Amino acid sequence: MRGVTLSHLDALESEAVHIFREVAGEFERPVILFSGGKDSIVMLHLALKAFAPAAIPFSLLHVDTGHNFPEVLEYRDRVVAEHGLRLHVASVQDYIDAGKLRERPDGTRNPLQTVPLTEKIQSEKFDAVFGGGRRDEEKARAKERVFSLRDEFSQWDPRRQRPELWQLYNGRHAAGEHVRVFPLSNWTELDVWQYIAREGIELPQIYFAHRREVFRRHGMWLTPGDWGSPTECETVEKRLVRYRTVGDMSCTGAVDSEAMTLDSVISEIAASRLTERGATRADDKMSEAAMEDRKREGYF
Amino acid sequence: MPTTTTTPSTSTSTTDTLRLATAGSVDDGKSTLVGRLLHDSKSVLADQLEAVTRASSGDVPDLALLTDGLRAEREQGITIDVAYRYFATPRRRFILADTPGHVQYTRNMVTGTSTADLAVVLIDARNGVIEQTRRHAAVAALLRVPHLVLAVNKMDLCGYDEHRFTEIVEDFAACAAGLGLPCFTAIPVSALRGDNVVTRSPAMGWYEGPSLLEHLETVPVGADLTEAPPRFPVQYVIRHGECRYYAGQLVSGALRVGDPVVVHPSGRTSVITALDVLGTEVTTAQAGSSLTLRLADHLDVARGDLISTGAQSPAVTRYLSGRACHLAERPLRVGQSVLVRHTTRTVRAIVRELGDGVSELAANDLGRVTLRTADPLVLDDYADVRRTGAFLLIDPVDGATLTAGMAQTTEPARAA
Repeated sequence: MRGVTLSHLDALESEAVHIFREVAGEFERPVILFSGGKDSIVMLHLALKAFAPAAIPFSLLHVDTGHNFPEVLEYRDRVVAEHGLRLHVASVQDYIDAGKLRERPDGTRNPLQTVPLTEKIQSEKFDAVFGGGRRDEEKARAKERVFSLRDEFSQWDPRRQRPELWQLYNGRHAAGEHVRVFPLSNWTELDVWQYIAREGIELPQIYFAHRREVFRRHGMWLTPGDWGSPTECETVEKRLVRYRTVGDMSCTGAVDSEAMTLDSVISEIAASRLTERGATRADDKMSEAAMEDRKREGYF
Repeated sequence: MPTTTTTPSTSTSTTDTLRLATAGSVDDGKSTLVGRLLHDSKSVLADQLEAVTRASSGDVPDLALLTDGLRAEREQGITIDVAYRYFATPRRRFILADTPGHVQYTRNMVTGTSTADLAVVLIDARNGVIEQTRRHAAVAALLRVPHLVLAVNKMDLCGYDEHRFTEIVEDFAACAAGLGLPCFTAIPVSALRGDNVVTRSPAMGWYEGPSLLEHLETVPVGADLTEAPPRFPVQYVIRHGECRYYAGQLVSGALRVGDPVVVHPSGRTSVITALDVLGTEVTTAQAGSSLTLRLADHLDVARGDLISTGAQSPAVTRYLSGRACHLAERPLRVGQSVLVRHTTRTVRAIVRELGDGVSELAANDLGRVTLRTADPLVLDDYADVRRTGAFLLIDPVDGATLTAGMAQTTEPARAA
């Protein structure tokens, strides 16, 4: 045994499982945010491992923008059924229909998620909400704690965060407050992909290269759908593409790619000179501090 | 399930990840150093550099903007909160906690340093060792960071003078000896120009040591934990059918199927009948692993209990004494009721003493604390096992984290 230490992925996995179990031991009503994207899929896989052979003692919450990739919704419903989980849905479309939210002129619904998310947390009395956010994604997320206390308005105040030392996570909160929990804090995009490959985790097919009708907007390849379609000066073409992130169709772009297997995706990411959000997410480009501003309002 | 003799995929003999923390005073150039480290190790991607270039006022990208990500930090040009950065070279992966140097943000330096294998303390070569340097060294000593680097920055503004470097190293060595810091590695750098950060500088031919990155890539990390006595704080009890599985992370040592164990604080004994490391049944598990274990006897074991093998037993005590760093704005006072968070256990306690007749600890004070707890704690000296020696004090009213503590079990027992 002398000198033997865990591999990088083993250490990340062990740390994430430790975080899941801390929440199970300390909170009454935790929930896992589940979008059907790779980070939330990895979270679900880790939660299954953390409580095996018993079932996960949490339910799932999907914030549905109404602009979903059909492949992702199909995947979501299949895993929920397979593991006998309970799925809560907070729907942006319902809020728009009820006149409680207004569609933005640019058609992007990602920033509209915050209100349905925070109201669902309040109405269901969730006290711990797992998010798949990683500190390597964005400079405001780099400042996030593993346990992040939110007030009754779900607000994040980066200057008033609790100091977080060792692996002693302080989850104490008053009624109405909750804690956002980020088990993948220390993972990078490459770690997530290498872990998916090592564990043989299934993903929605849009993560792999496929032929799809897309059009160019703000330097990104977007898929036409119910959310919108090309204007007169944008043309649809059929291209071989894949997605690096899965979010709202209106602001999640595809990248040109020939990577049809996990190994080729990993090689492509290792060689990429662009971050995943820089390459494919319009919502982060809205301003220099777009993520910080959204997080302050309650975004995860 | 397959049975193997050890945890899967752990054949490496050195840790492939180094966790490090940086500390420096305002304007010592710490954010620039971190930016330079990321940039010159080619860990900054094109869109990030483009964003920084756009936000920079001059023609040259301001590398400090890579790390100062909050609005307020950019407005004030200082680092307010810990930021975590991830980068890799072909030799090793790095998790870097970039911590602020301001006195008022000492708690954030403590936060970043608590999980670090190595701390980099930055000094401005023109100013030498100043009060803040002593504070940073004191925090590193208090938290017992295994490795310390003294980065003497802005050497370009001192004409790359060897004598100035030597003078600062001698000053720091005197300060370190006073704090009981064992040893440190001193490296002369210019973060702005990139001298000795990633590549060795031709401007300082007199310096024969490694560049900062070379040192970070080769410093040995990690084997100590597996050689410490086994400590398994129970996090969660998983019931499945008739079976009870005790889930937790083995914080130190190794456990084997067949090992006789003691459950603290009850002192009951049993034998390990099965070990499972996240889906793989094993005969031996090692420090760092999250696992479940099963015992031969049906004991009452709950979250907050600690399982050891009996060799080198932990202390079971209602008296907790140790060093402390006070983190909160409100002071900690003698007689105050607090919660102690230690491993997976939270107990009520009263502050009995704050060392040398001190009646309160103010924000960012480094001091001592002695507590009387309502229920026993199972602990080690922080010097022996960090995870079972570390504790937090929490305000029972609003849940605020008040104080970070490091237990000293070798203190003489105090009367009630």
